Amino acid sequence: MRRFRNGAFLALAVLATTIGLACLAAILWTLVSHGFAGLSSQVFTQMTPPPGSRGGLLNAIYGSVVMTLLGILIGSPIGLLAGTYLAEYGRRSPLSTTIRFINDVLLSAPSIIIGLFVYQIVVVRVGHFSALAGAIALAVIAIPVTLRTTEDMLNLVPAGMKDASAALGAYPWRTLISVIYPAARSGIVTGLLLAIARISGETAPLLFTALNNQFWSTDLNAPMANLPVVIFQFALSPYTNWQDLAWAGALIITTTILLLSILARFLLAMLQAQRGGGR
Amino acid sequence: MAIIDQGHAARQLIYEKVFRSATLCAAILVLLILGGVGASLVHGAWPALHRFGTGFVTREIWNPVTQQFGALGPMYGTIVTSLIAMLLAVPTGFGIALFLTELCPPWLKRPIGIAIELLAAVPSIIFGIWGLFVLAPILQSQTQPWLIAHVGAVPVIGSLFRGPPFGIGILTAGVVLAIMVLPFIAATMRDVFDTVPAMLKESGYGLGATTWEVIWHIVVPHSRVGMVGGVMLGLGRALGETMAVTFVIGNAHRISASLLAPGSTIASAIANEFTEADGDLYTSSLIALGLLLFLITFTVIALAQAMLRRLERQSGGRL
Amino acid sequence: MMPSSKIPKHLKLRPPVPVAQGTAESGAGPAKIEIRSLNFYYGEVRALSDISMTIADRAITAFIGPSGCGKSTLLRVLNRMYALYPHQRAEGEVRIGGEDILSATVDVADLRYRIGMVFQRPTPFPMTVFENVAFGLRLHAVARGAELHHRVEAALREAALWDEVKDMLNKDGRSLSGGQQQRLCIARTIAVNPDVLLLDEPTAALDPISTLRIEETLQALREKFCIVIVTHNLQQAARVSHVTGFMYMGELVEMGLSSAIFTTPKDRRTDDYITGRFG
Repeated sequence: MRRFRNGAFLALAVLATTIGLACLAAILWTLVSHGFAGLSSQVFTQMTPPPGSRGGLLNAIYGSVVMTLLGILIGSPIGLLAGTYLAEYGRRSPLSTTIRFINDVLLSAPSIIIGLFVYQIVVVRVGHFSALAGAIALAVIAIPVTLRTTEDMLNLVPAGMKDASAALGAYPWRTLISVIYPAARSGIVTGLLLAIARISGETAPLLFTALNNQFWSTDLNAPMANLPVVIFQFALSPYTNWQDLAWAGALIITTTILLLSILARFLLAMLQAQRGGGR
Repeated sequence: MAIIDQGHAARQLIYEKVFRSATLCAAILVLLILGGVGASLVHGAWPALHRFGTGFVTREIWNPVTQQFGALGPMYGTIVTSLIAMLLAVPTGFGIALFLTELCPPWLKRPIGIAIELLAAVPSIIFGIWGLFVLAPILQSQTQPWLIAHVGAVPVIGSLFRGPPFGIGILTAGVVLAIMVLPFIAATMRDVFDTVPAMLKESGYGLGATTWEVIWHIVVPHSRVGMVGGVMLGLGRALGETMAVTFVIGNAHRISASLLAPGSTIASAIANEFTEADGDLYTSSLIALGLLLFLITFTVIALAQAMLRRLERQSGGRL
Repeated sequence: MMPSSKIPKHLKLRPPVPVAQGTAESGAGPAKIEIRSLNFYYGEVRALSDISMTIADRAITAFIGPSGCGKSTLLRVLNRMYALYPHQRAEGEVRIGGEDILSATVDVADLRYRIGMVFQRPTPFPMTVFENVAFGLRLHAVARGAELHHRVEAALREAALWDEVKDMLNKDGRSLSGGQQQRLCIARTIAVNPDVLLLDEPTAALDPISTLRIEETLQALREKFCIVIVTHNLQQAARVSHVTGFMYMGELVEMGLSSAIFTTPKDRRTDDYITGRFG
């Protein structure tokens, strides 16, 4: 009886894992089969079309790249500096404990709430939707990700290095910039990649910040097309040409994000191998 | 005696102060963001809350034409879809975590672990269109008719599975959410199980216990706090998930007895209606929905973090 | 006072600087460091009790004693490294070159620039061999251009590393062998021409051959610096130092010429320790 129960539960654990893997496989398979059908060179060269005619996703791809990069450009320095404060200056202060807690809450906070927040403080103030507002919303989402990885990676730098730099009479800022950041470089890059992967698929916070734009626009002060919102609108439309483009867009975005995640993991594994070999 | 350039040394000290202040400001900005989120939501929600009072959370009505708004429908949808998701994802995630920590041959550990984590990296909108175009038709043609035929007749629970199989609706949203939060729950539980000291497990095996008995009597009690923390973290995600749900829930602001019927969640209502909302009261009501979601998820996530922190301290102190 | 003929000939020591136990009463030779009634605390725990001593310039002074005896703590007081950590404090008087370094008005960065320190584990920075040695010089802006190159080369020569690395100055400092890394750290420390050189078990992590090279390097450097070395290795203390202090449970038990300490210790505890009866 004990053995039977043991076997039954172990079989269920295997079943659960199979279900999890099957879900990933099913999603990837759907993406690949539908996505490749919609994928053509036009996708990368033409603008989003009106219903029923041919077109591509160029403006949406451009908008996604611009807003993601801008979001990282705004968000990651803040996350990097704040992570530095937690790891170096305020290691054990009550303020740091609070910030660590708040940051972990922000890390899991619903992104649509962040969208509403930026709508309230930017869109309402300025009076219209804009790419900049979208980038700010993405930045707010990127901050907790970079903060967390920065703190973790800086803590991995051997204390001896900091001491040796201090023993030469370096102030902490100089030690950080010349010694600790370079030592933690691949870890920090990993954090950046993860942050990019995280924000480049975000849809909800863009819905009412960057909105969407059917046309080519490079104006940061105007609404801008972006892949996630285009996918959202086109997939829910009744037009087959729009639905095909939605699948193509979904394939592009998922491939990009999975590649970024794999690259980040690869970097991290290399980092661990290096550290293991050093001992 | 080494000679030192006094001007240079003074500049270094200034840079140090500037840099230190910059890091402190960035750290405080994180606090301000959370504060700002709360404050801006309260500010935006104020007209609706002022107009409807507590009625906002107790009324089911949602009528833009008559400008009457109540959050009960979306709140019900949010809670029920999340509960379905947890009901499906927690046992599955538990199984995956067990498989990864106790059963899996070492060479399979990394690939499966990575695959599960990649599932977590897939953006939510992908789950949404997959749910709409792939999962919903399957549920509509296979699962839901079966549920209606076999469970629908059972008293009490049966009422949850009556009515026509729409394909999209509360149940479908719950299933998609379950797949979405599964990797988070599995990964957190795996990490929690890994904190159980090997010696503890070995002493169990040494007494002749089976794998399952070691898990049930040693691993699970030892990591209870962390497991609950992981589940709550998953719950926090499910409650606030927007895009995946918006695609498959059907967007109806009413509460139906049947899980097969369309409904809405707080997040899906905001995503669907916000840009189309005309009138300040409508917009304000949607922001008030956001405020409710913020309060609910904040509580759940904060509790989850507090639990995981307690576990970290425990295992940190013990190791 | 021991006559100099008692010192083992193969060490080729110059006539020892006479230093009496605990005080500067003999006064011969320039005293570089004077310590009076030094107490040190980690929080509530007293790690050094009422230490008084004089350390001579242009000589090697070694501190020996069992783990936790306070010898490393003593070093970390001399360049105020302890100030990097909260809840650590020193009381008493420590004069280096006449200046009380425990005074609140002392610029710690300036102090550490004048008091070099080498650590137990090699701590090469994540930069090239050249930049490692140039780090302190750039930090304090004491040299640039040709002068910088000149001083880097001089420091590497003094650390007996030049011949091994002159063709790989642009390689990452972390790619050197353990012994080379430690000599690189010595070069980095002496490049800024400090008044005092502190070494905290500098060969604990190295193989015997590398240890020998470091000891030879120290012998060459003693002509220029006031060197203080902490070591677990009694033979090393006997080989390299002129004066040895034995510390036990936070107290300075005995201090005198190395030849005397290792042959005719006055205190029972010193005798027990050097004959291996404890510690």
